[in-house]
Amino acid sequence: MKIYDAAIIGGGVTGGAIARELSHYKLDIALFEKEEELAFGVSKSNSGIIHPGTQNPPDSLKGRLSVLGNALTRKISRELGVDFKEVGALIVAFKDEDLPVLSRLKSEAEILGVPRLKIVKRGWLRKNEPNLNREAIAALYAPSAGIISPYRLVYDLCENAKRNGVEFYTCAKVRNVTRLDFSGIPGKSTLEIGTAKGIFKARYVINAAGLFADEVSAMVGVSDFKIQPRKGDEFLLDKKKEHLANHVLFPLPSGESKGVLVIKTSDGNPMIGPTAHETDDKDDLSTSDEGLREVFSSAKKLVPTLSENDIIAYFAGLRPASGHDFIIRHEEAAPGFVNVAGIQSPGLTAAPAIALMAARLLKRNGLRLRRKFIFHRHRRKEVHLFEMPMSKTAKLIEKDPGYGDIVCRCEMVSAKEIEDAIARGATTLDGIKFRTRAQAGRCHGGFCTTRIMRILAQKKKLQLTGITKRGRGSEIVKSQRKGD
Amino acid sequence: MIKKSLICIECPVGCHITVCMEKNRAVKITGNKCPKGEKYALSEIQNPVRVLTTSVLAEGMPFKLVPVKTDSPIPKARLIEAMREVKKIKLDRPMHVGDVVVPNFLGTNANLVVTREFFQRGTHTK
Amino acid sequence: MIERDLVIVGGGPAGMTAAVAARENGVGDILILERDQYLGGILNQCIHTGFGLKYFKEILTGPEYAARFIEKVENIPEVEVSLRSFVVDLKSDKTLTFLRPGVLKKVKAKALIMATGCRERTREMVHISGTRPAGVFPAGLAQKLINIEGLIPGREVVIVGSGDIGLIMARRFTLEGAKVKGIVEIEASSRGLVRNIVQCVEDFDIPLYFRHKIAKIYGKNRVEGLEVVKVDEKFNEIEGLKFRITCDTVLISVGLIPENELIEMAGLEMDKKTNTPVSKELNKTSIPGIFVCGNALKVYDIVDSVSHDSLIAGRMAAEYLKGLK
Repeated sequence: MKIYDAAIIGGGVTGGAIARELSHYKLDIALFEKEEELAFGVSKSNSGIIHPGTQNPPDSLKGRLSVLGNALTRKISRELGVDFKEVGALIVAFKDEDLPVLSRLKSEAEILGVPRLKIVKRGWLRKNEPNLNREAIAALYAPSAGIISPYRLVYDLCENAKRNGVEFYTCAKVRNVTRLDFSGIPGKSTLEIGTAKGIFKARYVINAAGLFADEVSAMVGVSDFKIQPRKGDEFLLDKKKEHLANHVLFPLPSGESKGVLVIKTSDGNPMIGPTAHETDDKDDLSTSDEGLREVFSSAKKLVPTLSENDIIAYFAGLRPASGHDFIIRHEEAAPGFVNVAGIQSPGLTAAPAIALMAARLLKRNGLRLRRKFIFHRHRRKEVHLFEMPMSKTAKLIEKDPGYGDIVCRCEMVSAKEIEDAIARGATTLDGIKFRTRAQAGRCHGGFCTTRIMRILAQKKKLQLTGITKRGRGSEIVKSQRKGD
Repeated sequence: MIKKSLICIECPVGCHITVCMEKNRAVKITGNKCPKGEKYALSEIQNPVRVLTTSVLAEGMPFKLVPVKTDSPIPKARLIEAMREVKKIKLDRPMHVGDVVVPNFLGTNANLVVTREFFQRGTHTK
Repeated sequence: MIERDLVIVGGGPAGMTAAVAARENGVGDILILERDQYLGGILNQCIHTGFGLKYFKEILTGPEYAARFIEKVENIPEVEVSLRSFVVDLKSDKTLTFLRPGVLKKVKAKALIMATGCRERTREMVHISGTRPAGVFPAGLAQKLINIEGLIPGREVVIVGSGDIGLIMARRFTLEGAKVKGIVEIEASSRGLVRNIVQCVEDFDIPLYFRHKIAKIYGKNRVEGLEVVKVDEKFNEIEGLKFRITCDTVLISVGLIPENELIEMAGLEMDKKTNTPVSKELNKTSIPGIFVCGNALKVYDIVDSVSHDSLIAGRMAAEYLKGLK
C-alpha cells in the first residue's frame, strides 16, 4: 500500500490551503473530506471577509497569521483566478468615550503590521459611507480589508492542489488514526488512517478537521482542547441593495465576537450578521426568529435603512472555537501528527499563512521539503457570464453555443457553466450553486432546479432520484414515474 | 327535512348552495346564481363526480409526460382507482390535443383525452 | 442593429394574447422572445382544469388553454417566435440584448411589451426558522417536478399557504399517492378560490389549519417535520399552542412576485411594494412605447383575466406604432 508523505484531514479552506502549499514540494499528499464535496463543512458558511488583522492581541497567532494571510491572499487569488476585492473596513464608534478604544485598536494593529490604518471622522464617513448611521462620530478605517467568495476559494485552492498532484477523497470520514510502529521519531513511523473510503497510510497527518478537530485529535490521544461550536446566523439581502455599504462595517468589539457586521459580499449581495451563540450540537445549523431580530436590531444601528423585506436568504454557520487562539502545533505525544485546530475567525484570512506555518512545522519535524521543478501556479479562471461585459459574452457564445443556453435566469448562468462546474468536481445541487451561483438568486432554484438536475444526472450518469442537495440523505425527490 | 349545504365548483364564483332533502330526495335547491349550480348540487348529493386531470408516461417523445383529463366527470369514489389505471398507460407516439387515449375510461363513459399539443413548431425565425 | 416593430418578452398566455391582438390591430412585424423550450409559459405545468370559462366559455386545462393561443400564434406569418431566448439587457430606448444557444443578439424595438409573468415567494423571503434540508419546495417547483418531470418530491407533505397553487398541489400529491398531512394558513381564511377548497382539500379530508404558521422546520439533510403554532390577528405566536407534524416535504405557497427586473434595469418608474411598473393608464409604463401585461403587471387569479388584459396591451402597442408613422 502506498504510504503518503502527508495526509490532510479536512477539505475546507485550511485543508485546501495546506494542500496547495505542500503541493509545491516533491511529496505524496492525500486529503480526506467527510462530506460529499469539499467546503461543505465550516467553510461554506464563512462570511468571506479577508480581515485587515485588527482586533487581535499583538502576540497571537490569529494576529500574526491574519496580517500575513491578508497579503498572501492577494497573490493567491491572482494566481488562482478567484476574485478578491479590497473594499476596506470601518470599525464604527458612536460615543466620545469609544474614541480611546479606536486608538487602542489602531495601535495594537500597527504592532502587528496592519498597514495604512487611519481614524476617520464624520466628514469622511458622510462622503464615503453615505448610508452609515449619521450618529456615527468616527471610525477606524482599515483599507486592507477585502472580500472573497469563501467556497470558491476552497474549490480553486483544491483544484490547483489536485493539478499539482494532491489526491482528494470525499465521503471519506476519518474513523481512527493509529500508529503502526513506535519509533517515536516523527516521520519515521507510519500512521494508519481508517476512513469511510478505506484504510490509508501516511508518515505525517495534519488535522484540519474544523468542528471535529478535537475528535480527530483524540484519535491519537491528544485531548487537551475541545471544540466549542459557536453558531452565527447570517442574512443575505437582495442584490438590488448592493450599494448599502461600501466597506465592511464593524461595530466596536464586545466580548468574544466581532459583533454584527454589514458586509458587502463578493457576489454583490449585502450580508448582515453573524450572531454568536454557543451550542453543543456540531450538526445544528438552524436559524431562529431571535437570530433575525438580534441581527437586524444590531445592524440597524450601523445602517438604519436596512429592511427585513430585502432578505433573500439566510443560513447559520458554526465557528469551530477553541480557546482564544489558533492551535497550530506538532504533537510531541503523537509524533508526526500536526494539529491545525480552533480555526475560527480570522481563519479564512489566515489560511495561506497557516499553510506556511504548517509546512514549517512539518519541516522542523523531519519532513524534507524539496521544491518541484514544475509547479502549476496558475489556474484558469472559470467563465461566469454575469461577470463579463457583453462584448466578451458574444465571442464566448460564438465559440461555444452552450454559453448562450441560460439555465439560471436570476444569476444568468448558462448550461455550459454548469457542465464546467460538474467537470471541476460538483456532484450535488449545492456544489453547483457554490461554484456557479445558479439557484442562489431571487427565485432560489424555482425556475432552474429541474434543468440542473437533468444536466447533473446526464453528466454523472445518475438517476434523477439520486440527485442530492448536499450528499446522501438529502435527495431532492423520492421517486420517479416509470414505465414497467 | 334535512338541509345540506355545499359550494358549487362549476366556476370560480363558488355559490353557496343549500339543498333541502326529504326522504333522501332533494326537494328544493337555493343559492345558485345559474342553472349549472342546480345541476351540480343534485349530482353532488346523489353521486359526486369530478373531472380527473393527471399525466401519462410517454416514450420516444420530447416530453416525458403527457397531460390528460377525462372529458367528462367520473365518480369521485373512483379517482384513486383511476390513478392506478393511468399509471399503467404509456404513449408511444405524439398526439394532438383532444386525441383519445382510452375510450370509455373505467367504463364510466368518459374518455381519457390528451390536453397538450405536441406538434409545436419550435423556434421559427423568419 | 436590427430594428423590429414590436418585441414581446414572454411567450406565455400574456405574450401570446398580446401578439394576436397586436396583429389583429395591424402590426406587421412581431418578435416573441420566450426563455423556455416551448410556448405556453406556466400553463404547461398547470394540468388541472378551471381555465377558459370567461374567454372561451369552456372549461379547459392549462395546456389546452395555451394550445388555443399557440395555434393562433403559429398561424400568423408576421409573428416570429424565438425560443430558449433569454433577455439579458434592456435599455430605456427599447434596445434589448438576448441570448439563445449559440447566439447573442441586439434588437431595437419600436414598441415593447413585457409579459414576463411572476416568480414565487420562497421560504427565504418569509424567514421560516430551522434547518435548511432538502425537501422544501416552492409549490410551483413541486408542480413542475411532478407534471413535467414525473418526479414525486415526497411522501408526506405539509403545505404552507392556502393560495390556489398550494391547494391544487394538495390534490395533485394526494392523487399521486402521497399523504398531505395539512395545509397551514396564517390568515383566518383561505386566499384561494372556494372551488379549490372543495375539490382539493375537502374531497380528500386534508386538515386545514387557519391562523397557524410554521415555527420551525427540522431535519438535517432531508425534512423530518415541522413545528406549527397558532397565531393571533397580529400574527404573533400564541404560547402553548405549538405542535409537531412529521413529514418529509414542505411546499411553500405564499404568494407570487411579478418579475420586472428587466424593466427596473431599464430605469422605468417602479412601485417598490408590488414590484410592478408605475402606470398611469392601464398597460402603459413611464416610457411611451413600453407596455406591460399579464401577471407582470398584476397578479391575476385566473388566466382569462390575463388574456383580457393582454388584448388591451396588444392593441395599445398597435396604436402606439400607428402614431409613430
